[in-house]
Amino acid sequence: MRHLMNPLDFSVEELEKLFDLANDIENNPAKYAHACDGKILATCFYEPSTRTRLSFESAMLRLGGQVLGFSEATSSSAAKGESVSDTIRVVSCYADICAMRHPKEGAPMVAASKSKIPVINAGDGGHQHPTQTLTDLLTIRTKKGQLGNCTIGLCGDLKFGRTVHSLINALVRYENVRFILISPEELRIPSYLRDKLTDMGVEFQEVIKLEDVMPELDLLYMTRVQKERFFNEEDYVRLKDFYVLNKQKMENAKEDMLVLHPLPRVNEISVEVDNDPRAVYFDQAQYGVYVRMALILTLLESAKN
Amino acid sequence: MLNVGKIEEGFVLDHIPAGKSMSIYYHLGLDKLDCTVAIIKNAKSDKLGKKDIVKVECDINTLDLDVLAVICHTITVNVIKDGEIIEKKELVLPETLTNVMKCKNPRCITSIEQELPHIFYLADPVKEVYRCKYCDEKNSGI
Repeated sequence: MRHLMNPLDFSVEELEKLFDLANDIENNPAKYAHACDGKILATCFYEPSTRTRLSFESAMLRLGGQVLGFSEATSSSAAKGESVSDTIRVVSCYADICAMRHPKEGAPMVAASKSKIPVINAGDGGHQHPTQTLTDLLTIRTKKGQLGNCTIGLCGDLKFGRTVHSLINALVRYENVRFILISPEELRIPSYLRDKLTDMGVEFQEVIKLEDVMPELDLLYMTRVQKERFFNEEDYVRLKDFYVLNKQKMENAKEDMLVLHPLPRVNEISVEVDNDPRAVYFDQAQYGVYVRMALILTLLESAKN
Repeated sequence: MLNVGKIEEGFVLDHIPAGKSMSIYYHLGLDKLDCTVAIIKNAKSDKLGKKDIVKVECDINTLDLDVLAVICHTITVNVIKDGEIIEKKELVLPETLTNVMKCKNPRCITSIEQELPHIFYLADPVKEVYRCKYCDEKNSGI
């Protein structure tokens, strides 16, 4: 039986299979409409996350399965002081697979170690959010036809943004990927990640101004500066609107550059960009459902063995 | 120079950087053992200038010395049996450490679930970096 804690839990070959399945689901949804008949997904969300939870629920419902769960810690037994280990032991009796989001880093890993059913990490604090990374990879692969040979700009909060860290870790496994890391000085990528890129000989540069590098990019991954990751309100206010992608900046970009964003978007992408065919962040949400459908099928299959 | 007698069976930990002996005492759990322990601090050393030495009289199979490599891998470990040195152990960084150091990340699950073991894995053997198994936070020394 397999779990998903980290996007790197799957090899490049396993990811290819997963994405092929996701694309097949996209093209032949009827074929999979009853693939999970009689199966139950538990969504154990200890902190609010409308988007990820709905995406998981949509994925299971589209596969013909059913869903139960809770969407905040106060409505769960955690409010009474129950440990994650005990909760998953009980949930294992009620469901066939579990998606867990928790504000504490490593909580889904603790759950997986005690679980009788596959556990998917649906986000653990600022640590990992593997299904977002799978979503990003599937979107890039589907829209660009491949996951290597590109220059990707990652812009915004590169310090606390877990989606960025996971995406970098996932993309370094593909050939000829060049990173341009665009952030204010205070929100640069953590040193361990910089060291990793250097040690691996991956080409990257760190810049502050987005305008300077727009013409070079094949992909632009925008991120939100997340209020919940700051201990200091003043820093958040100062940095939250540091980057705003607008029509004018898009004029300098390649004709086939893609703009991605894990959403929710606040001010970092102006709504005037939404109608640009290069803006694929809402398509990304759709691919998020397909990749979660493929993941549920793959992990349920692994639980049979 | 202070004289501490020979031991029949146990360990002599030599070339401990000065001041580290008490850390070793606690991390090896010597405070919990009912055996003779001698701690010599700030002894003269040609190699280090000053060093600490710890002598432990015990069954040589009772101590797990893995943690020593994390404190300082250049410590010399002499294994004593029948009053003689039978082995000089080479210290190797263990792949995982359980309950040797604590994760200090306030966002880590171990910060709220007290019964969880604090497990660290060896992330970089060259730079001797350990990271928390749960949250990947780098350890800040023991």
